[in-house]
Amino acid sequence: MSEQAPHVGFFVTCLVDLMRPSVGFAAIRLMEDAGCRVSVPDDQTCCGQPAYNTGDRADAVAIAKRVIERFEGFDYTVLPSGSCAGMICKHYPELFADDPDWQDRADALAAKTHELTSFLVDILWVREVPGDFRGKVTYHDSCSGLRELGVKAQPRALLEGVDGLELVEAEKSETCCGFGGSFCVKYPDISGAMVGDKADDIIATGADMVLAGDMGCLLNIAGRLSEKGAKTQVRHVAEVLAGFGDSAAIGRGGKD
Amino acid sequence: MEPTSHKFTQNARRAIGDDRLQAALANFTTTFPKKRLDVISRLPEFDDLRDEGVAIKKHVHANLDFYLERFEARVIEQGGTVHWCRDAQEARETIFGLCRAAGAKTVTKSKSMIGEEIAINEHLEAGGIEAVETDLGEYIIQIRGESPSHILVPAIHLTGEDIADTFKEKHTQLPADRDLGEPDAILREARAVLREKFLAADVGLSGANMLIAETGSVVVVTNEGNADLVMNLPKTHIVLASIEKVMPTLEDAATILRLLARSATGQDITAYTTFATGPARRGETDGPQDFHVVLLDNGRTEMLAGEFKDMLRCIRCGACLNHCPVYASVGGHAYGWVYSGPMGKVLTPNILGAHKAADLPNASTFCGKCEEICPMRIPLPRMMRHWRERQFVSGKGAAAKGKSGLKLWAWLAKRPPLYRLAASAAAGFLRILGRGKGRIGRLPVAEGRTFQALYRENGSKEQ
Ligand code: SF4
Repeated sequence: MSEQAPHVGFFVTCLVDLMRPSVGFAAIRLMEDAGCRVSVPDDQTCCGQPAYNTGDRADAVAIAKRVIERFEGFDYTVLPSGSCAGMICKHYPELFADDPDWQDRADALAAKTHELTSFLVDILWVREVPGDFRGKVTYHDSCSGLRELGVKAQPRALLEGVDGLELVEAEKSETCCGFGGSFCVKYPDISGAMVGDKADDIIATGADMVLAGDMGCLLNIAGRLSEKGAKTQVRHVAEVLAGFGDSAAIGRGGKD
Repeated sequence: MEPTSHKFTQNARRAIGDDRLQAALANFTTTFPKKRLDVISRLPEFDDLRDEGVAIKKHVHANLDFYLERFEARVIEQGGTVHWCRDAQEARETIFGLCRAAGAKTVTKSKSMIGEEIAINEHLEAGGIEAVETDLGEYIIQIRGESPSHILVPAIHLTGEDIADTFKEKHTQLPADRDLGEPDAILREARAVLREKFLAADVGLSGANMLIAETGSVVVVTNEGNADLVMNLPKTHIVLASIEKVMPTLEDAATILRLLARSATGQDITAYTTFATGPARRGETDGPQDFHVVLLDNGRTEMLAGEFKDMLRCIRCGACLNHCPVYASVGGHAYGWVYSGPMGKVLTPNILGAHKAADLPNASTFCGKCEEICPMRIPLPRMMRHWRERQFVSGKGAAAKGKSGLKLWAWLAKRPPLYRLAASAAAGFLRILGRGKGRIGRLPVAEGRTFQALYRENGSKEQ
């Protein structure tokens, strides 16, 4: 690999770290294939979004500072999640209004931080990917990626390059799945109603598999689909793009 | 109406179990967004109009005292009167006093969310004055003794059948076996009943979508034309409006009108847009003899001074309700007061007090759809977050629930080695939990080991 290869700091995110390591390996493969040098700082934890969304600004600020320190040295910071990337890109710069030094550092990190699929498409100009999948796939646009970062065309552009894959759009692909972090714990009834609608919308497409770029949504959707007895597989988009489609889908391993 | 916002979760649970309500919601929350999309796709400058609308409102709110005083001066010039009211109680008393002075037995009303906010109907009725809602939806919920379930379409929770039943129960003066199977029949009956009230009314009480500082006019939009009868037939016209509704010029109002109907109902413009300016002039045969404007603050100046200022741009179009997946799941009544959906989550704690609506700003996934479609570009999620931050700091409210767990997590997140240990333990634990039965058993399982652990062991290749 050349010295000029962009050096990416890979921010795994809590849910991938904890629930779905294969997404992390898939993301690294995709970036390395595209010529990046990828490092995974071992002292990374969380982006601080749970604190921020619960109104715990002080901890959000403290965690943001740690992340900035740890990742500002890379050419890019990339996350396999629209919502954690959104936290860094959109919300870190809102945390330091009365601290000009940190404001500059937050702005600088925000400017070079990307959600995985938009990094691949918009920055690295990737169009070909190793993955193949025979079947119909539908894509759920997770909210933060879509509305905070404009992630919509990028995953679809990449999926077009997957051999054998046919993309079918769900009618409500842009509607929230009802996960919302602590929302699904604090308001399980409403969250349940929302993910119920989401599952029906996905089932109605007749797709064999539903993909998204955020583990939170995927776990939530997988839970409801399996409860409904649907056959639809659930995967993170990176897994399919990287050709990691042979392992058990989300919610399908270890239960039997 | 007695607010039940503090029982949001129970209200929501009941609403989710109500099949009829769910059918009404499903229909409504699909058709309205489609209509909006359709109508704005025919107006390429829609987004520029939004920017213009936001700029106008920001300018007004930075100079609110100036425009309000200018508005007052114009109203007085035309022979009208302006009454400044600090809170709901003052506004109720003022309106009641004006009705008394006019010798009113019957007051006709056109739709006014501020009227709902100060519960004016109950107050008038308690004083022996009949208040009659004349917007069809408002009339229906009034005779049912309900509150609006949507700021724009107050009876959206009801089916045609529900309404026919209500009419048969309440309009006992009409033959019991009449056919109300068609919407037209319902409409005809409402029109006939209301016509008598319009003619009998001594006072007409209207809301206002906007107040125009340069002319002293009030702007009222409807699709039924009822407001014109409310404003013109009785001897006295009282306008009830909150202070942030003032606009500098007629041209500014036109900008807002172009945004309002498109965002609200997907129409290019509402069927009726009425500009009412002062009482009837000498020699005019139509119009009221007396013209009063009741200007209500009720928490607005406080909002103007703080972090909820942006919320004052709201033009009550209802688009954020129509597009909200939480609203689509629970409907308006769950929010427990007159304002529902995302705008209600921000406004209700501001007006009722944070402790009475603690759940509202927390019951959002922050999906951001409301901010995306709000014609006034109000950062609704950010406003909700402000409430959460206050709750977290004060230790009261839903944001503060689970605070100790969150604190532990945040403490770990600041200490990477401990975090890694905890994460590994959690990954193993979640894997075991995932095999269980019941609620937790239905959650997808973890794979058992963290990415970090596998990566340190094997490098970038998954094993
Ligand atoms: S907050 Fe925005 S979308 Fe909601 S009612 Fe007000 S103006 Fe309309």
